[in-house]
Amino acid sequence: MGDLLPDLLTEARRRGATEADAFVVEDQSFSAQVRLGQVDTVTHAREQLLSLRVFVGRSVAAASTSDLSRASVIRLVDEAVSLARVTSPDELSGLPEAAALARAVPDLDLHDPTGHGLAPEDKIELARRCEAAALEADPRITNSEGGEFSDRRAHYAYATSHGFLGEYSTSSFSLSASPLAVQNGEMQRDSWYHVTRKRARLDAPEAIGRVAAQRALRRLGARRVKTVEVPVIFDREMAASLLRHIAGAASGPSLYRNASFLVGKLGERIAAPSVTIVDDGTMAGALGSRPFDGEGLPVRRTVLVDKGVLASYLLDTYTGKKLGLPSTHHAARDGSGVTVSTTNLYLAPGETDPADLVKSVKSGLYVTELIGFGVNGVTGDYSRGAVGMWIENGELAYPVEEITIAGNLLQMFQAVEGVGNDLVFRDRTAAPTVLIGRMVVAGS
Amino acid sequence: MLARPERFFEDRFGLTPSTMERLLGSTLAGRVHHADLYLEYRVSEELVLEEGAVKKAARHVNQGGGVRAQSGERTGYAHTDDLSLPNLEEAARQARAIADRATESGIVAVKPAGAPHDLYSLAEPPIAADLGRKLTLLNGVDATARALDPRVRQVIATLGSEDVVVLIATPTGWTVGDVRPLTRLNVSVIVEENGRREIGSYGGGGRVPLDFFLEDDRWKRFASEAVRQAVVKLGAVEAPAGSLTVVLGPGWPGILLHEAVGHGLEGDFNRKATSAFTGRLGQKVASELVTVVDDGTIKNRRGSLNVDDEGVPTQRNVLIENGILRGYMQDRLNARLMGMEQTGNGRRESYAYPPMPRMTNTFMLAGQDDPEDIIRSVPRGLYAVNFGGGQVDITNGKFVFSASEAYLIEDGRITAPVKGATLIGNGPEALTRVTRVGHDLKLDEGVGTCGKDGQSVPVGVGLPTIRIEEITVGGTQV
Repeated sequence: MGDLLPDLLTEARRRGATEADAFVVEDQSFSAQVRLGQVDTVTHAREQLLSLRVFVGRSVAAASTSDLSRASVIRLVDEAVSLARVTSPDELSGLPEAAALARAVPDLDLHDPTGHGLAPEDKIELARRCEAAALEADPRITNSEGGEFSDRRAHYAYATSHGFLGEYSTSSFSLSASPLAVQNGEMQRDSWYHVTRKRARLDAPEAIGRVAAQRALRRLGARRVKTVEVPVIFDREMAASLLRHIAGAASGPSLYRNASFLVGKLGERIAAPSVTIVDDGTMAGALGSRPFDGEGLPVRRTVLVDKGVLASYLLDTYTGKKLGLPSTHHAARDGSGVTVSTTNLYLAPGETDPADLVKSVKSGLYVTELIGFGVNGVTGDYSRGAVGMWIENGELAYPVEEITIAGNLLQMFQAVEGVGNDLVFRDRTAAPTVLIGRMVVAGS
Repeated sequence: MLARPERFFEDRFGLTPSTMERLLGSTLAGRVHHADLYLEYRVSEELVLEEGAVKKAARHVNQGGGVRAQSGERTGYAHTDDLSLPNLEEAARQARAIADRATESGIVAVKPAGAPHDLYSLAEPPIAADLGRKLTLLNGVDATARALDPRVRQVIATLGSEDVVVLIATPTGWTVGDVRPLTRLNVSVIVEENGRREIGSYGGGGRVPLDFFLEDDRWKRFASEAVRQAVVKLGAVEAPAGSLTVVLGPGWPGILLHEAVGHGLEGDFNRKATSAFTGRLGQKVASELVTVVDDGTIKNRRGSLNVDDEGVPTQRNVLIENGILRGYMQDRLNARLMGMEQTGNGRRESYAYPPMPRMTNTFMLAGQDDPEDIIRSVPRGLYAVNFGGGQVDITNGKFVFSASEAYLIEDGRITAPVKGATLIGNGPEALTRVTRVGHDLKLDEGVGTCGKDGQSVPVGVGLPTIRIEEITVGGTQV
């Protein structure tokens, strides 16, 4: 499939581009949702996308299409070139130096050659078993949004007019359940999931279903609490969400636009010494790994925050030049051009057992879910809706809801007082349990 | 871009009404209750100005078809971006494989539910407008914003336009199409003073021509609103934390309705009994001052549609009338399974997804009160006029929406601006605490995008000034 790229790039140059790069991605996906034991929705899909970026001198534009016919591809080239003739030149634009390109495409074990062979009926059965385990876990689990299995295989190829051509395949499999727990007229829903690149490594459907049920059950009887300033513990999933905010603020596009609370903070202490954040695109078989970045540069391991000090930004070639720094090989692609994204981003584990973190809190909040978009990336001001458990005398005492937690991300990271030893990679972004010394919890 | 969707897919892909009827008929005939074919061709464009110049531009073409077969509660859906007949036939076979285990046989004939509206025929759709005019518009936004205040450090202006041609066909031989233009201009500015930085954003659009932005100097207003908001935030103090009386300004704060009641009134959640509003039709769920409608028929609005994505003309649906829950929003599947009428709310992000019940333009009708009186009536509270996004847990009803511009109310007067804060409430309760409703209903400027199950669709909201007793404000000032 990557074969069509060199021709496309030649065509782009013939039609006026001075440099160009392009990617094509082809994917097939399947998903099966089962609800209350019956098939609800099954979806089959086959998709492709071709995206071209052209430079005319120092001006740039992009075009994409899902129609790979010859006529469509010629139209794509003409549209991109004609758009690039009207955009303003930018002296920093352009492809990375050829010498910096990845020389080989490492095999990061991102593809499962046999896992997709399962028959649709068997995939449906996995979703059914996952939901059934949740429904059977407790008599208070009386309803469900369903169980779902999905898989996707994709093939990605990328080429540049200065000679790079690389391609690779990826697989992913996911299984989840979303049960409802009902008691005294109160309804609570929660879910649990697992995602892997190898089907054989998916957690057993019954294990996922049971966790989903426990998560819904522990929310029953939720109360509000009075407004108070207390220590807040983020469970692993929620701690990972904090890393995403840091990564967003540390990424090139936010920085050169002065739209980040980390502007000018490189080399400064931005967090407690217990905080070390790493982005590693080279981990074999991991969900966020890729053999080369969106500009053909080799991926690597980057320490973003080193014992509390902001050690690196996340940059592609252009945003690097804007900041006077080299690319950190974090370019990613969408149909409109180059963006910056993390690969496998994680908070390095500490020494503390997460149960001891809870024991260390006399009165506070253990957060298990956050909702809403109340994060200001320019100032770091943070205010989100929260669900969790109230901690009393070092014990998880009762569930709480309809509350918010608020602070400022810089102050929150400075106030990290404990990092758990429980890091597990369940997603592209992962963190152990984290204790933040003080935040404002707003309630009644 | 073109006259009729039927001709478009015939000319470009050789898909005639009779080919489609044959495809659906031969492949799907048998034990399914409903089947349909959805064809889509989308052209979109985005232009981004930053640092004083339009340095980014992109154009996209996305096309594809989806075949859906339903029996009982089962839906089989298959889609492809290759619109050739053999590929669509394969998709139809995959869709049927799931759905054809129904016990009853025969497709229920679905009749067109009335003529499509004509809400957004444009002489020149925004995507077709001259590129030079678009660049002039963006450069004008930049110059205006920078001239307004020396503290402006960065202006990012984006102009997005698209044109989507859709065609929906069923085995019983009716087809209905739609051509949907859409555009949006967004302005973000970063201001800086004494090392403190803030952001302000404003924008708007709809199913309108490019000239919409020039009417009444709308583009200038967007630019100056973005600057004004950013500068106000530079002087913001800590927001209060805790339960407070809140006055919401008119327009975009209508996101309250979208989150607090809108999603919970979508048919799928109520059919599955997973919504906090399940089984509450006819019951009081809001103050008697509150009437909420979802109306997909307003001319040129971002959330409007001539027909929904199942071919049903949109309509004005009363959701809550004087505080009483009157109706849900439905697509075909959920209406059939609940024994209710379709309401023209079956929507999908693209051919890559099956439709589900979604909102269009959701707003509260105007009341009697003078907005200034409403503010004067509050001894201590929060006046919130601009918001970022919101989210809701359908099942327990808890919703949030995040204020990006808000002020303290002290002794009936608006005083200090406060930092952004998330407001959290309980959907079935929040509107029962509405005690004043202004006469100043305003619809938003045309910026909303709603996400559900990974599908995004354009929507609108609207609100008059209202007073709500006791809602939790997630500030940091205890």
